[in-house]
Amino acid sequence: MSDALVQARGLRKSFGEVEAVRGIDVDVARGEVFGFLGPNGAGKSSTMRMIACVSPRSGGTLSVLGMDPGPDGPRIRARIGVVPQLDNLDAELSVRENLEIYGRYFGLPRRHVRAKADELLEFARLTERAGDRVEELSGGMKRRLTIARSLVNDPELLLLDEPTTGLDPQARHLLWDRLYRLKREGVTQIVTTHYMDEAEQLCDRLVVMDGGVVAAEGSPAELIGRYSTREVLELRFLPERRPSAGELGRHADRVEELPDRFLLYTADGERTLGDVAAAGFVPLSSLVRRSSLEDVFLRLTGRTLVD
Amino acid sequence: MADLAAVPVPRSTGLAPTVLGGIGRVVEHHWRWYRRNWRATAVSTVLQPLLFLLAFGVGFGALVGSGPNAAAATGGVPYLVWLAPALLAMSAAQSAAFESTYPVLSGFKWQRIYLAMAAGPLTGAQIGLGVLGWIGLKMLGAGAVYVLVIAAFGGITGPGIVVSLLAAVLTGLAVSSLVAAFSATVENEGTAFSALFRFVVIPMTLFSGTFFPVDRLPAVIRPLAWVSPLWHGTEIARGAALGTWRLLPTLGHLAVLLALLVLGATLVARLFTRRLAA
Ligand SMILES: Nc1ncnc2c1ncn2[C@@H]1O[C@H](COP(=O)(O)OP(=O)(O)OP(=O)(O)O)[C@@H](O)[C@H]1O
Ligand SMILES: [Mg+2]
Repeated sequence: MSDALVQARGLRKSFGEVEAVRGIDVDVARGEVFGFLGPNGAGKSSTMRMIACVSPRSGGTLSVLGMDPGPDGPRIRARIGVVPQLDNLDAELSVRENLEIYGRYFGLPRRHVRAKADELLEFARLTERAGDRVEELSGGMKRRLTIARSLVNDPELLLLDEPTTGLDPQARHLLWDRLYRLKREGVTQIVTTHYMDEAEQLCDRLVVMDGGVVAAEGSPAELIGRYSTREVLELRFLPERRPSAGELGRHADRVEELPDRFLLYTADGERTLGDVAAAGFVPLSSLVRRSSLEDVFLRLTGRTLVD
Repeated sequence: MADLAAVPVPRSTGLAPTVLGGIGRVVEHHWRWYRRNWRATAVSTVLQPLLFLLAFGVGFGALVGSGPNAAAATGGVPYLVWLAPALLAMSAAQSAAFESTYPVLSGFKWQRIYLAMAAGPLTGAQIGLGVLGWIGLKMLGAGAVYVLVIAAFGGITGPGIVVSLLAAVLTGLAVSSLVAAFSATVENEGTAFSALFRFVVIPMTLFSGTFFPVDRLPAVIRPLAWVSPLWHGTEIARGAALGTWRLLPTLGHLAVLLALLVLGATLVARLFTRRLAA
């Protein structure tokens, strides 16, 4: 048996004229935490929904847990957990009922489901709200409930589409901790996120998608090594003393111009700062930091690049 | 990742259901909802038959009286007794139509609970048929209450009314399946549902022989009744309650209702599957 829990080759999805996913190859190994990054409309959710066996593929091959989502959809779905981008809780049932009824879909006995609900309520910090109707919860609480619900069948593979959108920092850190523990238990995870720090924290490996194709693939460290420099110098200027990207570009490997600041990619940020000052450009403020996935993302997803 | 080789592979506890099991789980979800929210519908379940029997059975019935004209139409039984089983079928058909429009669209679009079900091991067909099953059960319960109210008005002459109740539920299921299939194709409720009620459901309730025999209608309109599931259901329900049914016509009506139900259920299975697989 291959160790790839999810394997896609030339996977495509189109909605009429729109080609959301245009031939991607993905391998997710058992036990791995795998990420999809990309700007809005890149095709992340479309890919996740194909892997979740709810959306039939338009082309290519896909295997999940060693089975084909076409004929084996229900058997695959029985063994995975899904957090969709948009919550779909039953707002007119209580928090606890949502967990219990969801467990019943998976054929779990009532007694098991009740005990599981207790455990998941604790996990989502919703024990006090167990009897409340879901429509009375805050947005972040609903999100936590959706995440808890995805664990009701002890899934082997967990698909999380922007799981932490709408969560407060504390809840995010709690979730990261819980996901890390699930990983230690051997649960394979596929995550999409717009938070680069989250991707760096969680993912063993990730792909950056753009326009329905994979723009880059690797571990966070590999991607930073490949697509960015060791350090980044961030410079802000007064509008009237703002130099052009070209003028700054002479002193760095690469310059990224953002609305409010410049990012200068360089091996040694302090030295570049000295060079820039020596050339007569006086910034309002400066910051030297290490490169992050954010920089890789900026580079790969086509902001105005000035080399 | 090196240390992961030592970690035992987790086993999921989830199982894919059998076809009937899946349908049962959808029914169970709705039952949970009902257990929590039944109070909201309980009043109307009792009030609706009360109002209809008062207005048409008693009020309108007094107007119709028992003159030779009325007796010819009702076969000599009091108007209330003649009307009651037909009202039972009409109420089932109406609530079936209602339950299969907005709540079904909501399951796809607003609350999206069907999407949650489809993310688990249930199939689109199981979800659709489970929804029909639940609507059927609910009609059975509401119909039983209706029968009790009819009894309170003295509108029952024998045990045949139980068969009327079953015929009413079958009628409702036929209507429900066709309407739910339609709702599964509706993207935007806009005018779709109001047109359905205005041009299909209301004419059906008016011209299916509930309040007067269809043969009192002009000949050109009469075929309207023949395509109406409610007319076929009304014929069975009334025939059973009054003991006036004859074998062949009854089998014919039954066959039409079953055929419509099979057609509707097939469409529901297909269209729910299609809609959930976007
Ligand atoms: N059901 C649908 N019908 C038609 N087009 C769709 C549908 N779902 C997605 N699309 C289109 O497919 C493309 C990819 O969408 P997708 O939701 O996969 O992007 P995403 O990467 O998840 O974006 P986001 O970060 O905004 O969630 C978009 O152009 C979108 O408009
Ligand atoms: Mg998305």
